[in-house]
Amino acid sequence: MRAPDTNEIMLQVDGIALAFGGVRALRDVTFNIRRGEIRAIIGPNGAGKTSLLNVVNGFYHPNHGAITFKGRTRARMQPFEAARGGIARTFQNVALFKGMSALDNIMAGRTLKVRRGLLWQMLRYGPALAEEREHRHRVEEIIDFLEIEAIRKVPVGRLPYGLQKRVELGRALAMEPDLLLLDEPMAGMNLEEKEDMSRFIIDVNSHYGTTIALIEHDMAVVMDLSDRVAVLDHGIKIADGTPDEVKKSQAVIEAYLGVAH
Amino acid sequence: MLYREAGQFKTTYAEDMAIFPIRQDRIALAILLGIAFIGVPLLATFHVWPFGSDYLLWAILLPFLILALAAIGTNILVGYCGQISLGSGAFMAIGAYSAYKLATGVHIPFAWLGFAISIPPLPVLASILLGGLMAAGVGILFGIPSLRIKGLYLAVATLAAQFFFDWAFLRIPWFTNYAPSGSVNAPALDFFGLVVRTPVERYLLCLLFVTVMTVLAKNLVRSNLGRQWMAIRDMDIAAELIGIRPLYAKLTAFAVSSFIVGVAGALWAFVYLGSWEPLAFSIDRSLQLLFMVIIGGLGSIMGSFVGAAFILIVPIMLNLVPTELGVPLSTQTITHLEFIIFGSLICYLLIKEPHGFARLISIGKEKLRLWPFPY
Amino acid sequence: MVALGQFLEVLIGGLMSGVLYSLVALGFVLIFKASGVFNYAQGAMVLLAGLAMVRTLDLLVANGFPPWAAIVLGIGFAAVIMAATAWLIERFVIGPLVNQDGLTLFMSTIGVTFVIEGAAEMIFGSDVYPLRLFPTDAWFVLDGLFPGGILINKLDVWGALIAGILVAGLAIFFQRTKTGRALRAVADDHLAAHSVGIPINWIWFVVWLVAGLVALVAATVWGTKLGVQFSITFLALKALPVLIIGGLTSIPGAIAGGLIVGAGEKIAEVYLGPSVGGGIEYWFAYVLALAVLLVRPQGLFGERIIERI
Repeated sequence: MRAPDTNEIMLQVDGIALAFGGVRALRDVTFNIRRGEIRAIIGPNGAGKTSLLNVVNGFYHPNHGAITFKGRTRARMQPFEAARGGIARTFQNVALFKGMSALDNIMAGRTLKVRRGLLWQMLRYGPALAEEREHRHRVEEIIDFLEIEAIRKVPVGRLPYGLQKRVELGRALAMEPDLLLLDEPMAGMNLEEKEDMSRFIIDVNSHYGTTIALIEHDMAVVMDLSDRVAVLDHGIKIADGTPDEVKKSQAVIEAYLGVAH
Repeated sequence: MLYREAGQFKTTYAEDMAIFPIRQDRIALAILLGIAFIGVPLLATFHVWPFGSDYLLWAILLPFLILALAAIGTNILVGYCGQISLGSGAFMAIGAYSAYKLATGVHIPFAWLGFAISIPPLPVLASILLGGLMAAGVGILFGIPSLRIKGLYLAVATLAAQFFFDWAFLRIPWFTNYAPSGSVNAPALDFFGLVVRTPVERYLLCLLFVTVMTVLAKNLVRSNLGRQWMAIRDMDIAAELIGIRPLYAKLTAFAVSSFIVGVAGALWAFVYLGSWEPLAFSIDRSLQLLFMVIIGGLGSIMGSFVGAAFILIVPIMLNLVPTELGVPLSTQTITHLEFIIFGSLICYLLIKEPHGFARLISIGKEKLRLWPFPY
Repeated sequence: MVALGQFLEVLIGGLMSGVLYSLVALGFVLIFKASGVFNYAQGAMVLLAGLAMVRTLDLLVANGFPPWAAIVLGIGFAAVIMAATAWLIERFVIGPLVNQDGLTLFMSTIGVTFVIEGAAEMIFGSDVYPLRLFPTDAWFVLDGLFPGGILINKLDVWGALIAGILVAGLAIFFQRTKTGRALRAVADDHLAAHSVGIPINWIWFVVWLVAGLVALVAATVWGTKLGVQFSITFLALKALPVLIIGGLTSIPGAIAGGLIVGAGEKIAEVYLGPSVGGGIEYWFAYVLALAVLLVRPQGLFGERIIERI
């Protein structure tokens, strides 16, 4: 059962500009994400896609512009504030906690939901133990969903890349986010792994009603999965709309194929 | 009974979350605790071999227990949270001197304000625990720079703690109750009327402290807070993006670590040394604790015990073995050999097995599970 | 005028001993720039170089060699020892640890420190060995201006001179020689350097060798001042706060940091020390570094680091 496509705007990015020294990564980018949709961001390498996600979840602070998330507008926030607001994230080059098991990685994603403090956790008794079990239960559901039961106790550093990507998705899901940002979730995967991952993304969106924004290079995947696509090139948004609209856009064709000057 | 988990099914998450999910491990632990709590005291009381003299208790078991506790504290900061510390010795000293001041009565004259703060002498147990809390407070203070600086820079911040407190306890006579020699004596170890005097009693006291605090520390590192520490260690940026506040995670690691190290320091001074000077907590002690943690295993509570045992046993072996062979070494040569052995072992382990002896043991256990048919 | 004279004397004395810190700090910076290793062992290397030199020198003099020959041979032998040490460290520790995180590398250099200290003392002895390479008497200058003049130690002047020559030599080495340029390339990005055919292990050996030779130079000056002895390693440890203050990657920073620490701790000792029981020098450098870290984490001369993900 798919979350109803309301036209409610969940995230609005207004006139964002971001520069590192002289390099202008983003120039006056405005775009939005509607509640419940799968939103794709595409563009050639170096177009500023990852920078845009970094701005959304507070890792980079934009030089100009404002972000409105769930009705609250601000110019800058700290990453953990974004997390608390319900934004989860996976990374292009897998940012797992290498020394921890898959299970512990996903359990760490529950941090914001943990209520008992240091002293209770130290005693690990009564309510603290009950809470730990409750979290474990939720995490096991995610492990079942992602079909990674067999590797739950394996340190993630030893897992193959495809499984690491899955564990990372699991960690993001453990946060029970409202908005899930996926940075190239299928990079470096073979066809079968891509199909699995696409299925997970669709399932997350339909089962949990999670809004998803993803960066992806595989056009077939993007056009299949997403409701709307934004196209960035050299830090500027050059197109935005449904997959079909974007496919026909002259600017997009030029950006991808290059244009004769 | 083979070392095997076949047939041991877990039907609840609680069972799967146990520290030792395999039955054979639990039996081994029970036997170990039995020996430690009943066997050793019995043998030592009746002076049965190998406890003919008090040497084994005094020179090996007592320091082993206390330093293992300090190593656990160091491991929480360095091994679990990834914050380098070259100042553990200073935090032992803070625990020791705070406990000493509290046990002998604190008097701070604010002469220019016309009043004084006076706290009557506290019971020993309260002094030791409050000494630990004091160390935790100072630990938080020196942990604050870790929010802005990382890794190697922090090494210098902890060195600052080490050298500053070395100096403070040596040069500020208030800390030593104006003792002319600079050396201070521990108060009588009176626990609710029970006075701890003999080596066996001292051993049991430390064993009790170490057991309780080990369980509490183990609980922490396998709970959410422990996962926060490890997340910060492994990738602090990703940790922040899943909602871990670096401020909270790092400062709790500093506080818990310093508390444990501080209590260990108070025990070291009160129970083991009896009378001491600041030299007992110099940078050599800090490096010794760091070595225990690296050799035993970064991020392993059990490793802290293994590391402490190893560091204490090597010098004794270096003394004993050549003497038995008829070629006794001078104390200087032993010290130098110790340096070389520990140094090369550190390098070797960091290259080959960063998780130290603890990982080697768990690899051994994995092999044992399959023995005798590894395929 | 007496007060000013005294202040100048303290200041100059402090700056001069700061030069000695800079000498050790230089070795740290070289290694850190080229391999990202925060080398705790630099102090131990000063001890090793000093012991190798002074023991050879004493042995040769006792066997009737003329002093100049003994000095030359002593320094030569110590240089050989430092080369061997550099090779061993590169071959057995830093080489195998390539691509590890900074913390692991740092801890491995603590291991190296212990091996060097243990081996050096076992082979060359663990007493205090006096060394007289430079004059240690004093000059009195400006006695027309201040009563009694200002005392300047000749050894300190020698130290400053040697530090100056060393920095100039290193600058030429980095700018003008092929190895020096390769070294800078490795410092920028060792993978990229490797891919254009720069022999990375050789470069790291050279870096540790140069750091070893810098340690040797520091040992000649420090040994003359204090005698070659174990406690030199603790003084050399002060190069760590010196670096933090100056900035980890900057050679001018190492020099400036050394001067700041040297002058600062002497002034603090003389003017603040008496009121708190003395011995401020013991921790002043570290606490100053801590303060700098809180205000300007990259140090006074360091570059700001941009984090990426």
